[in-house]
Amino acid sequence: MSFPLLTATAVLPALGAIATAAVPAAKRTAAKWLALVVSLATLALAVTVLVRFDPDGARYQLTESHAWIPEFGVRYELGVDGIAVALIALTAVLIPFIILAGWHDADPLETGSKRWRPTQGFFALILAVEAMVIISFEATDVFLFYIFFEAMLIPMYFLIGGFGDRAHEHGEETAATQRSYAAVKFLLYNLVGGLIMLAAVIGLYVVAGNFSLTEIAEARANGSLNMATSTERWLFLGFFFAFAVKAPLWPLHTWLPNAMGEATAPVAVLITAVVDKVGTFAMLRFCLQLFPEASKWATPAILVLALISIIYGALLAVGQRDIKRLVAYASISHFGFIIMGIFAMTSQGQSGATLYMVNHGISTAALMLVAGFLISRRGSRLIADYGGVQKVAPVLAGTFLIGGLATLSLPGLAPFVSEFLVLVGTFSRYPVVGIIATFGIVLAALYTLVLYQRTMTGPVKAEVKHMPDLRVRELVVVAPLVVLLIFLGVYPKPVTDIVNPAVKQTMSDVHKKDPQPEVEAAK
Amino acid sequence: MSASAVHSLWTMAADPIEKIQAPKIEYGQLSPTLIVIGAAILGVLIEAFVPRRSRYYAQVFVAIVALAASFAAVVGLAAGGYATTKAGIAAMGAIAVDGPALFLQGTILLAGLLGVFTFAERRLDPAAHGKRVDSFAAQAASVPGSDSEKAAVKAGFATTEVFPLLLFAIGGMLIFPAANDLLTLFIALEVFSLPLYLLCAVARRKRLMSQEAAVKYFLLGAFASAFTLFGIALLYGYAGSVSYATIAQVVDGTVQNVSPALAATMGNDALLLVGGAMLVMGLLFKVGAVPFHMWTPDVYQGAPTPVTGFMAAATKVAAFGALLRLLYVVLPGLRWDWRPVMWAVAIVTMLGGAIVAITQTDIKRLLAYSSIAHAGFILAGVIATSPDGVSSVLFYLGAYSFVTIGAFAVVTLVRDAGGEATHLSKWAGLGRRSPLVAAVFAVFLLAFAGIPLTSGFAGKFAVFKAAAESGAGAIVVIGVISSAIAAFFYIRVIVLMFFSQPRPEGPTVAVPSPLTMTAIGVGVAVTLVLGVAPQYFLDLAGQAGVFVR
Repeated sequence: MSFPLLTATAVLPALGAIATAAVPAAKRTAAKWLALVVSLATLALAVTVLVRFDPDGARYQLTESHAWIPEFGVRYELGVDGIAVALIALTAVLIPFIILAGWHDADPLETGSKRWRPTQGFFALILAVEAMVIISFEATDVFLFYIFFEAMLIPMYFLIGGFGDRAHEHGEETAATQRSYAAVKFLLYNLVGGLIMLAAVIGLYVVAGNFSLTEIAEARANGSLNMATSTERWLFLGFFFAFAVKAPLWPLHTWLPNAMGEATAPVAVLITAVVDKVGTFAMLRFCLQLFPEASKWATPAILVLALISIIYGALLAVGQRDIKRLVAYASISHFGFIIMGIFAMTSQGQSGATLYMVNHGISTAALMLVAGFLISRRGSRLIADYGGVQKVAPVLAGTFLIGGLATLSLPGLAPFVSEFLVLVGTFSRYPVVGIIATFGIVLAALYTLVLYQRTMTGPVKAEVKHMPDLRVRELVVVAPLVVLLIFLGVYPKPVTDIVNPAVKQTMSDVHKKDPQPEVEAAK
Repeated sequence: MSASAVHSLWTMAADPIEKIQAPKIEYGQLSPTLIVIGAAILGVLIEAFVPRRSRYYAQVFVAIVALAASFAAVVGLAAGGYATTKAGIAAMGAIAVDGPALFLQGTILLAGLLGVFTFAERRLDPAAHGKRVDSFAAQAASVPGSDSEKAAVKAGFATTEVFPLLLFAIGGMLIFPAANDLLTLFIALEVFSLPLYLLCAVARRKRLMSQEAAVKYFLLGAFASAFTLFGIALLYGYAGSVSYATIAQVVDGTVQNVSPALAATMGNDALLLVGGAMLVMGLLFKVGAVPFHMWTPDVYQGAPTPVTGFMAAATKVAAFGALLRLLYVVLPGLRWDWRPVMWAVAIVTMLGGAIVAITQTDIKRLLAYSSIAHAGFILAGVIATSPDGVSSVLFYLGAYSFVTIGAFAVVTLVRDAGGEATHLSKWAGLGRRSPLVAAVFAVFLLAFAGIPLTSGFAGKFAVFKAAAESGAGAIVVIGVISSAIAAFFYIRVIVLMFFSQPRPEGPTVAVPSPLTMTAIGVGVAVTLVLGVAPQYFLDLAGQAGVFVR
């Protein structure tokens, strides 16, 4: 039996989480280093997965399959396609940066019980989330996926509710209240989504008799498993609802600004760049493969919701006074693009959407983490409290600008490629949708540049005057992200090569072919 | 058919005297119950003859040994094939020894064992006059606040009667799900109910509340028993027998020989429907299903917490076991009549429990309403009317009882000057003072909420799956909606514990003896094991899913 590489990739951070949590209270720094080393080791495993993955090989590779709960027809089945490999790599790359960026976020302020170990808890929870996210990307058993899709809410919930920004404009008491409100809102939205999906998961079992994605998809493809149209639609809606909450799609998005606003910047990155990707990923993997007909049926409605997300998110981002909430609304807009790319049902759109997931992860991480460094210096999240930072801290301002420009998809930076692909892919099938979505880019330029202008340029504010520039630790976080943004912007081929075959498979699952340009012209 | 065959264990005495023959009792197959009842009687003798200072140790020893031996007997019977191939009726048709009975008896015995551990805990309250005290009144008969109470406390009395009472209750519970005729069912019901009424009344702290709870429980329980008995009488009128098998035959119309005396009323459907409804009502009362749930919050809150934990776990197991047997063995021919009603009960129970729980401010009341909601989830499995439904209910009951006992055991630890600090506001910031206790309680709450990787999720999935397969998709949808509502208040407690600032005058967490620690530890272990690797226990429940007729 070969080495269970996929299991190892998920189990390593899980063990790391337990070990980190067990570090004695006084040895805080040791816990941090342990978490960092584990996350780097996980990255090494993820790179091994990437290397051993053959883009032109079988659809699911490195598969593992063991009996788990035969009573429920559940197997422990793992396997990765190109999309999953790309997202596992993204996760594994981002977590070390998240840990480094949050290095001091959980240092205890007040002394509680001797057993109260917030620092250990913080890093253990991050690793736990990493483990659960990775196994959700790997699972090819619907039940297995569901378990971790739901279970990851719990560590996420503690991360949001338990740890906040050091300084808060309204004092610690209010901050704690708002934090726990945000955490509860996050949990309830996602739990409701998950429970509705649970009903659909049970329904799927009643219809299909097992949970294996490959078996069900195959049975659907060769016609041995027929679902009544209404059944398929209901099941699709159950699944899609959960993913749309997680992604988040308008109008189920309202938990995201709260959660990202109240959480510390690294946790906000964890939410939007890592955890939310499970939602869009699951749309591609589960909604389209299990319910191809219902997916096509729902496409118009979903495209409209995605369009609303794009425009609405961008408009609200323009109006934000709080830096972190601004990034949150920008993310909602970007998730609109991703979902639009998935449901445009063209290979360009779906490749673009997958690439978009990766690039959005990196660009948001860059922007949000720098914003977090900025906020920790001044102790305020309000845009109005800043001004002229670029004169005092030029490196900070410069990296902030690059992150911002990536967010508005400047050509030459990674998100441009994916956004372009999504728009082209959408336009070739739904020209009107593509045209309207383009306005989202214009708005993105507006909110990003206005944010930069208000915080970084202009006269230097008194409170900002002695702001130190990025420290070494912070540079170590930001520099690689910026390099990645530029590299993938100029040369996205490594990612597209891995992703494209998987997208072609998905396209054939839904029996869709790319529209031919000349046919379009003939119409 | 010979004349004696129409008689059961209970009606034989009514025969002319020359016909009496010794009833045939299968002692081996009944040994689990006999051991527990025997130990209970031994406990009464200990109360009478053993000196006061050694009673506690003697009682705890007898109770633990008896429960362990009885559990060993259950395991032995199951290993000997009595759960599957050799399943049969014992004691002249009074008791069924089959898969569901043995599975439930095993669950009740383990819950009882953990219950004894929490009953025996004597380190939580500060010692009174140099003597360690448990959760029970020094002298239950003394008036609260009176001089005689003070004298009893000063003398260091202890209500060690709780152990035999507990054993009697467990003995009744062991018979209840195994009862194979209606009179045995009723007697088992009384045998386990009466000790529970008493146990509710003997709290050391907040004695008036405890006594109030006991009176409420007793009065409502007596009503429910009366309903049950009336239902039994009507069913006897309908079928001319109290035996489950005979009633089932009459319902199906396959009865062999009709007694001429009963021919006139036999087969009267009005008797069957009314009688069946009343009987089920009595059982739904014990289960705590809406609209027969009114006693639950008051009793759960007032009773001594160890009693609450035991009662919440074991009574539910026993009562659902009896309900399952009744619906699957006696009334399957009536499925189309009772299913819609049970649908309605399940729906209002799930929703009612979950919605009302939101406004609760006392942790014990909150857990009471949560137990009501869980009764609704279990009912969803009951109405599946399939072997899958039975095994899912068995699994759920097993999983649920350990979570419940563990959760109530944690409640006993959080104390302030007035005893247990059950008001939710006092739990604020517990996660910072005692992270371990709060984390353990959080695990139990997450299991109640049915979060994956806990036993609660596996159980919930099992019952919903069974319900969905039987075509009750609507129940599943309502079930997940009430789960979502219920999640809200479990989460609220977690928020309080972890995200709120501790209050300066907040409660302290008592350091328990290994007894309570064992109860909590086993609870956590079972919760996580059944969540991550439920297969073995699902298999067990699956094999135990067939009732003998």
